[in-house]
Amino acid sequence: MTNRLINWFRFGSPQSFYPLAGRMLPWFAALAAISGAIGLWIAFFVAPTDAQQGEAYRIIFVHVPAAWMSMFLYVVMACWAGIGLVLNTRLSAMMAHAIAPTGAMFAFLALWSGALWGRPTWGTYWVWDARLTSELVLFFLYLGYMALNAAIDDPRRADRAAAVLALVGVVNVPIIYFSVAWWNTLHQGASVSLMRAPSMAQTMLWGMLVMAIAFWMYSIAVALSRVRSIMLEREAHAEWARELIRQ
Amino acid sequence: MSEPSIGTAIAGVVRRDLLLAARRKSEPLFTLGFFVLVASLFPLSIGPEPELLRRIAPGVLWVAALLAAMLSLGRMFAADYDDGTLEQLALAPVPLVTAVAGKVLAHWLVSGFPLVIVSPVLALQYGLPADVIAMLMLSLAIGTPVLSLVGAIGASLTLGVRGGGVLVALLVLPLYVPTLIFGAGAVDARLAGLSAAGNLSLLGACLALAALFAPLATAAGVRIALE
Repeated sequence: MTNRLINWFRFGSPQSFYPLAGRMLPWFAALAAISGAIGLWIAFFVAPTDAQQGEAYRIIFVHVPAAWMSMFLYVVMACWAGIGLVLNTRLSAMMAHAIAPTGAMFAFLALWSGALWGRPTWGTYWVWDARLTSELVLFFLYLGYMALNAAIDDPRRADRAAAVLALVGVVNVPIIYFSVAWWNTLHQGASVSLMRAPSMAQTMLWGMLVMAIAFWMYSIAVALSRVRSIMLEREAHAEWARELIRQ
Repeated sequence: MSEPSIGTAIAGVVRRDLLLAARRKSEPLFTLGFFVLVASLFPLSIGPEPELLRRIAPGVLWVAALLAAMLSLGRMFAADYDDGTLEQLALAPVPLVTAVAGKVLAHWLVSGFPLVIVSPVLALQYGLPADVIAMLMLSLAIGTPVLSLVGAIGASLTLGVRGGGVLVALLVLPLYVPTLIFGAGAVDARLAGLSAAGNLSLLGACLALAALFAPLATAAGVRIALE
């Protein structure tokens, strides 16, 4: 037990996490590439054409996993931010900082692909329904987090202020979702639910799940690569970082 | 010296902030003037048809009130941060949360409450019937404190930060979404002849939640800014 605790804290220091992140990075990148290839293969060649929506429905293989990841990453980011705030660890705040752009990218991707899917299916790029609106608000929350981080010069203060904002945001996300659910108009109900059998073909579900794994691995790989840059930038005064930069 | 009770501390902060606002008469009036101006711009841009104006009035008046409340957020802590008063409040023998709660209450009294008082005049310009005006005042009376409470978090986090004014808008506006929906929704429901009870209850729930958690988050933000 004590042994494990020591290891845990050892990797809490940027100096020992930097090489670990470098070793993990190629694995996650490879997993992302492989599962992405399988997922796209299922999406384009295996999954049958939808009876009602035709070929356009294939956008959901990108759209749904992107929306999942955008929400999930916000929670992960808030967790790292909270840990950083409570334990006052530098690396946790750097992780939160590294995740934010990826989450914002997925939120944007979900909105964009949703608009492209809505045009042939609903006949409009945008409707003011609960999920679209709350995804848009989530995108703004990401932007606010990154803007606050960028506006404060002192990195330690920026970490802590942005962490408070992320925690406030994570409390608000469900409230925002339920508040915009008032005018639930055009969006179909959830296609995948844990409580009942999914209302779609098995292959479609598999394609979406594999794509979700691909996005997940991609997020980890990108976050690790970004956190390595942040570590080098912040620890540029430390001996180990200077040595790495010199090489 | 005995420690002051929490009630005394809040009252002291409120009294001080109200006194400062009374000495600088113009600033609270800016908020009010902004509210009236924005609300009067909509008929000029959309057209004077009474039917259309009545239809959009709840949303327009609520958005105008929200923007006016947000504009005044910068003043909530900035002056006290600059002259060191905020540090003294943080060192006081009562928890910082109480001082923050007092400042939020004072902010609402200076820039939220006047909006509630003036809103009937604007509602008359938009041709709303009397019972809808009463509902507008009620929803603003419950909703504007939420705007002050949630806005205080944004104000504390952007203390002494570059481009603070625009940044506050980016941080706070997404968090204002539920208040706006329930507040304007209550007025809309009354206008359509429906019961506004559901929207009002949810607005009240937002107020209860914000009153509980927002001062804590704001106090954390103030402490981070003071380090």
